[in-house]
Amino acid sequence: MRANHVVACVFGWKGQALSVETGVVRTALYDRHVAADARIVDFAGYAMPIQYRGIVDEHRRVRSTAGLFDVSHMGEFFLSGSSALESLERITTNRAAALVDGRVQYSAMCYETGGFIDDLLVYRLGDSYMLVVNAANKAKDLDWVTSHLLPGTEFRDASDETALIALQGPRSEDVLAAVGAGSFSSLGYYYAARGDVAGRTALVSRTGYTGEDGFEIYCKPEDAATIWDALLDGGVPLDVEPVGLGCRDTLRLEMGYALYGNDIDDSRTPAEAGLMWITKLKKGDFIGRDAIVQQRTAGLTERLVGFELEGRGVPRHGHAIISGGETVGGVTSGTFSPSLERGIGMGYLAVGVHGPLEIGVRNRRLKAKLVDLPFYKEGSVRRA
Amino acid sequence: MSTAGLSFTESHEWLKVEGDEALMGLTDYAQHELGDIVFVELPEEGTTVAAGDVLATVESVKSVSEVYSPVAGEVVEINGDLEDSPDLINTDAYGEGWLVKLKLADVAEIDNLMSDDEYEAHTKG
Repeated sequence: MRANHVVACVFGWKGQALSVETGVVRTALYDRHVAADARIVDFAGYAMPIQYRGIVDEHRRVRSTAGLFDVSHMGEFFLSGSSALESLERITTNRAAALVDGRVQYSAMCYETGGFIDDLLVYRLGDSYMLVVNAANKAKDLDWVTSHLLPGTEFRDASDETALIALQGPRSEDVLAAVGAGSFSSLGYYYAARGDVAGRTALVSRTGYTGEDGFEIYCKPEDAATIWDALLDGGVPLDVEPVGLGCRDTLRLEMGYALYGNDIDDSRTPAEAGLMWITKLKKGDFIGRDAIVQQRTAGLTERLVGFELEGRGVPRHGHAIISGGETVGGVTSGTFSPSLERGIGMGYLAVGVHGPLEIGVRNRRLKAKLVDLPFYKEGSVRRA
Repeated sequence: MSTAGLSFTESHEWLKVEGDEALMGLTDYAQHELGDIVFVELPEEGTTVAAGDVLATVESVKSVSEVYSPVAGEVVEINGDLEDSPDLINTDAYGEGWLVKLKLADVAEIDNLMSDDEYEAHTKG
């Protein structure tokens, strides 16, 4: 048997294969993952848990009770000062001025070409803004943001001082209540507040990447293990377990959420990716606006779609999308959906093609049908 | 289940010889590395293979893997349970998770394979 791993490059067992010498960074929760028997991989230069008990088990747990993700590898930048909002409006696609204190929005940064630099969350915290960016893009994003700030904007990279735990699942509120943090239950979807979790100061937002209700908990690295342990202990009667990046991918794909590097990258614009809902053309000029407008005026040639395989098989990144014997697109993300028990995927499809479709999986052509996103419609995520 | 008496390949397949036929499957080490198996593509009965030919494809959530035939032979039976329960490979790799039964072309080819001790050393090395 030879396995062609789709995710990451280095598989380690109980941390033995990965060490500081290889340049891989450990989060504050690394020891917890090792103790829990996680399979740890190098993800964007971080030693991260892909799975503990198994991707399907962990996926189903998040959909039924709750799971804990360590996502401390992500980046956090702060913008403050008199021109912070103006700087932010220039470099992001969504309207940051709409944020009241404590509000969060999904957004993107684009190049002049309209191509994505990254997708991100923007938090308004008092008069400052926190940008939460993908780990794999951190250096690129830092470079871009700092070279596009207006005079009067201060920048701080808080990534190394910030750990991030994502508690996700329909029982998330109960888990917080079990550790005395039940007041966060009143947080609305995409709102954030500071408070204590397990006696440690944290910023908590009702956000997530799974399609379930949940909370993302930002804290100091030195407090992360205390909070992690408390949530797991408090969650014992609620069946809470740590869950890894493997199920994070199957969960988000079931929701049709984009993943940078797969579904969006610098060769794609928000228009093609179906992300015009976070692209506020009316807010005024921002980097990439002209190119996006031009592309829409000329008419899109491709658009991001979702599809399901009708029979057995799993679509993967790079597989061809075929209609009438011709290649009409390509798969950008594909997996086995534990909830739907079939292969699902997203990819760019020539505009005007509706089906029937086939996906070129290795040397076979598997029947697929276009579906509206999200694939999974029973999620407990709060709607705005 | 004891692996004594089974033969092994470096590519993590096992073989259990019964006269001039043999059952084969993936080792416990292999299933653990693959993770949750969701689909298995098995050959048709009557297919002939040489040692090292691709015999089956095993798909997990995160990866696709080719399974190689440990020896030359003809496929006389495939494990139909794997269609609805591919996870049998994860839960019982040496028992109910067997993949294919082969009629051996040359029983002497077994000598080219590893014993369970040799395989264990191979996975640790």
